[in-house]
Amino acid sequence: MYSFEIVRPTSLADAVAALGQDEAQALAGGQTLIPSLKQRLAQPSVLVSLTAIAEMQGVSAEGGVLTLGGGTTHGTVAREAAAHYPALAALASNIGDPAVRNRGTVGGSLANNDPAACYPAAALASGATIVTNSREIAMEDYFQGMFTTALEEGEIITAVRFPIPEKAAYIKFEQPASRFALVGVFVAKFADGVRVAVTGASEEGVFRWTEAEEALSGNFSATALDGLTVSADGLMSDIHGSSAYRAHLIGVLTKRAVAAAA
Amino acid sequence: MTKVTMTVNGKTVAKEVRGNTLMTEFLRDELRLTGTHVGCDTSQCGACTIHVNGLNVKACTIFAAECDGAEVGTIEGQANADGSLNVIQQAFQDHHGLQCGFCTPGMVMAAASLLKDNPKPSEAEIRHYLEGNICRCTGYHNIVKAIMAASGQDVSVIAAE
Amino acid sequence: MPKDHGIGASQKRREDVRFLTGTGQYTDDINVYGQTYCHFLRSDVAHGRITSIDTAAAEAMPGVVRIFTGKDFEGVGGLPCGWLITDRFGEPMKEPGHPVLAQGKVRHVGDPICAVVADSLEEARNAAEAIVVEIEELPAVVDMKAALAEGAPLVHDDMGTNLCYDWGFVEDNRAAVDEAIRNAHHVTTLELVNNRLVANPMEPRVAVAEYNRANDESTLYTTSQNPHVIRLLMGAFVLGIPEHKLRVVAPDVGGGFGTKIFHYAEEAFVTFAARKINRPVKWTSTRSEAFMSDAHGRDHVTKIELALDKDNNFVAVRTDTLANMGAYLSTFSSSIPTWLHGTLMAGNYRTPHIYVNVRAVFTNTVPVDAYRGAGRPEATFQLERVIDKAARELGVDPIALRRQNFITEFPYATPVAVEYDTGDYVATMDKLEEMIDRAGFAARRKESEAKGKLRGLGINCYIEACGIAPSNLVGQLGARAGLYDAATVRVNATGSISVMVGAHSHGQGHETSFPQVVAEMLGIDESMIDIVHGDSSKIPFGMGTYGSRSLAVCGSAMVRATEKIINKAKKIAGHLLEAADTDIELKDGRFTVAGTDKSVAWGDVTLAAYVPHNYPLEEIEPGLEETAFYDPSNFTYPSGAYACEVELDPETGRVTVERFAAADDFGNVVNPMIVEGQVHGGIAQGIGQALLESCVYDSDGQLLSASYMDYAMPRATDVPFYAVDHSCATPCTHNPLGVKGCGEAGAIGSPPAVVNAVIDALASGGHKVDHIDMPVSPHRVWSAMQG
Repeated sequence: MYSFEIVRPTSLADAVAALGQDEAQALAGGQTLIPSLKQRLAQPSVLVSLTAIAEMQGVSAEGGVLTLGGGTTHGTVAREAAAHYPALAALASNIGDPAVRNRGTVGGSLANNDPAACYPAAALASGATIVTNSREIAMEDYFQGMFTTALEEGEIITAVRFPIPEKAAYIKFEQPASRFALVGVFVAKFADGVRVAVTGASEEGVFRWTEAEEALSGNFSATALDGLTVSADGLMSDIHGSSAYRAHLIGVLTKRAVAAAA
Repeated sequence: MTKVTMTVNGKTVAKEVRGNTLMTEFLRDELRLTGTHVGCDTSQCGACTIHVNGLNVKACTIFAAECDGAEVGTIEGQANADGSLNVIQQAFQDHHGLQCGFCTPGMVMAAASLLKDNPKPSEAEIRHYLEGNICRCTGYHNIVKAIMAASGQDVSVIAAE
Repeated sequence: MPKDHGIGASQKRREDVRFLTGTGQYTDDINVYGQTYCHFLRSDVAHGRITSIDTAAAEAMPGVVRIFTGKDFEGVGGLPCGWLITDRFGEPMKEPGHPVLAQGKVRHVGDPICAVVADSLEEARNAAEAIVVEIEELPAVVDMKAALAEGAPLVHDDMGTNLCYDWGFVEDNRAAVDEAIRNAHHVTTLELVNNRLVANPMEPRVAVAEYNRANDESTLYTTSQNPHVIRLLMGAFVLGIPEHKLRVVAPDVGGGFGTKIFHYAEEAFVTFAARKINRPVKWTSTRSEAFMSDAHGRDHVTKIELALDKDNNFVAVRTDTLANMGAYLSTFSSSIPTWLHGTLMAGNYRTPHIYVNVRAVFTNTVPVDAYRGAGRPEATFQLERVIDKAARELGVDPIALRRQNFITEFPYATPVAVEYDTGDYVATMDKLEEMIDRAGFAARRKESEAKGKLRGLGINCYIEACGIAPSNLVGQLGARAGLYDAATVRVNATGSISVMVGAHSHGQGHETSFPQVVAEMLGIDESMIDIVHGDSSKIPFGMGTYGSRSLAVCGSAMVRATEKIINKAKKIAGHLLEAADTDIELKDGRFTVAGTDKSVAWGDVTLAAYVPHNYPLEEIEPGLEETAFYDPSNFTYPSGAYACEVELDPETGRVTVERFAAADDFGNVVNPMIVEGQVHGGIAQGIGQALLESCVYDSDGQLLSASYMDYAMPRATDVPFYAVDHSCATPCTHNPLGVKGCGEAGAIGSPPAVVNAVIDALASGGHKVDHIDMPVSPHRVWSAMQG
């Protein structure tokens, strides 16, 4: 690693101020950032740790919306969101491994927007709202291609608001080495329709499978997806699976997610 | 440099650390607690698993500065007060849950966290919990068995040890 | 009642206490006063000519002690290859130079170009970034067939070819084998890949060297399976340091699996540099660095043909293999696809005609050498896969086809130059069938089908040649070292014993199992006996631990040395008891005059040896310490039968291992618990090879599976509990313990069982798939199902 300082502000305001310094970078759970620092892929002058900020912690549900503090760990979500949004809690309980879940945070995951991460699928399928220190960002505007989001430099995700669907499920098919999603599909059924979000597959990052959403909005059952396929164009191809295989998995996993949710 | 104060295996330590000092480096180089091992650089192998404020974390993926004020537990602090092996350590020895010993500290620390949350885990729960701890020697058979035994479950029906 | 001490007891391991409490001492735990840190600047291209290296800016950076380049190693030896292969035309293999730091060219991603030595690792890395290396990139050769094509880029310009050797075995049988295949009733052909693997012991390699000007002695602490081999190779061939001025210590080592046998550039570098700068130098590999600098394993492309007569008897086997050597010849690389592979091609079967052709190829990849099993898994995989394919083609039961062709009489001389001393392949197969509840398989398959899954059962046999190795034989075959081992038994005055052994324990539990042997022989308690290993200044010259050899070879030396101790102790006891030594019996730690109640205790005799007041000094020397060297007269031949049951998800192609059983014949067993643990670990590595692990390069020679993010290590969720048995024991006839070795069996025996099971599962679903190359990933299964 290059040399840098670490600060641990205890308030959001102090964190925002600290991030105003030259070459400052936010440090959430660090489960992605620290390995990349070891590879010397980043050279911050100061890391602003967000883990000591109480106002960014916590899980609460009110009025059909589950709100997660941006600094809430996957482990906390797995435990505390289960009663309110079981599919989201289940998703959190299968990210990485227990030690990673005790550090990694929902805000960190959504800010990083790894194309194979789990949370982006949940956020997109739920129609979540990203709350930052300066504004609220609607899901439609948030994801802008892999590792790219609407966040401005120095902007911090303070909370994420997930509308709670009537039914939902997330099915992840793991890449065998990293245990990230080779393909992951999150299906969420709301009163006004179904949303299907796919992670791990596209070169553009997480995306909605609109044909499946339309089919499922009329008939929320796996059979409603019969005959629907996803084009392999624009999907990722690597040593773990071709784009055609990923396209195939999207169909299989979507059916499974619907069956699990129903 | 930042001054950090933390409790490590029940003892208070205060040191100046650099921002980029990882807990693995802090424990191994500053405190000479070399039982916490480094087996990878992508936060996957789990040989460096420690407890921070009661939760298991990978010491290679947390900075010492982030542990300021924390209660830290390492493999060196796991034995009973009289120095004898604790229940988990003893089960690992009894059931041959280790060979080269390199992943072992992380395995023991992970097992301790598991059993704290789930005192009687099933085989499947143990295997799932160990997803972040890689062992190259044992094929996991005797590790899973040792953890079952440490939780008081009858392992005599599991194939030979 | 199972035994609780001595040979055959599942004693708990004494080394566990330090490992479980964090007090083991691995190489990275060693820090020497005044030490510097070394960082290697490695090539990021697979093939290129170094046109310039400018270290000026880097030299001036904070903390830099010295920067070394290939120029510093001009006139210094290169890393040697320990085995000369003679090709089928009688010519020696091509043996290119292997410099410690690149000279002129880089030949694989990870090839070290410069080494920065600095006061801290961070400063060394900072300085490495300031070094300007200009490389004229050359086209890389990665694929072995392409490497052999006319006009292919040359990895080593001066060799004029990328072919290291073209080896035929047994060359004189070639025509007869061709003839037998031409005339056969049925020939089954299979083309397959044995996937490139990375051994990945959990402890990455580390080397720490210090130099003592006072006595001109260098000490190297290193993560090695064989400190004396490193001392010999590095001292004699690379750095020119005489053995008595070079101490090599391999302390607690966190797994080896073959990849810590070899002498590596980093070890030679730190030893060299410590002498130059007169300060200790430490290098600790990161895991990412390990992927591009530890020798890889396997990487064969093979065509095998099995010919059968009209009664399904095997009549001939012919194989044609390309074996990847990588960019340089690692220490034992040349011997793996030849003598450790070709000699196993008879397997467990009476096949009268066998011919093995192996062409070893240089490519712009990391060197390839021994990985757990080393050549024998490659032989077993192709043979057991082609037999399964033949059974399917002929419509016969795969177990029955194997049984029909088993070797049943021993000793048995194979047509590939080895003589199996003992074995009982019928017994291990009988045991396996009992273990796997074959009769219940149909019901289990139905249950799987009810869940929409396919279920398959795969079985196979294996034989291995280990207990490596008879020196005069391997010498004839090109080995440049002897492969004996040694032990010194030092009995102390009060009767406690230190046994200094050439074997090295890096997970095998020698500190527990070796004392069990000595305790049994002497009738004393194991707690009186300690094993000393891993330090060339303390132990006799031994060749270390690999090839399932520790107990069979070093253990035999220990038995011989202990026999010498007993003989001398009986003489002392005879003197003390005023009886002839031939009348003295040793039992339960007491020396008794046969047929009388006159006796002395072990401790009385040992004390007399060191306090020789009442002692026949004119007849026997005082003291009680003996050394023995043991050179085996043959290999040992563990064998067994393995079975795997898989469930396959036809929608995703995902395969899960549901059941795994292994029936092994290891001969006699000293510590069953440890032996079974060895088998468990081997099976997991075999399942890893079969389903998960793959080291992949792109066509430019970039390593795509360069970390645990892309190289899939088996996790606890990837494997089941294993059923293992070693009760079908036919003791080895030629070593004193009757032991055969167990370290590699699991990794040799398990991959074909897994793949055979996958093919069986697919067949049950109506998918006629002949073969899927390892790793049998979900993507590959799905692709095969698409036809």
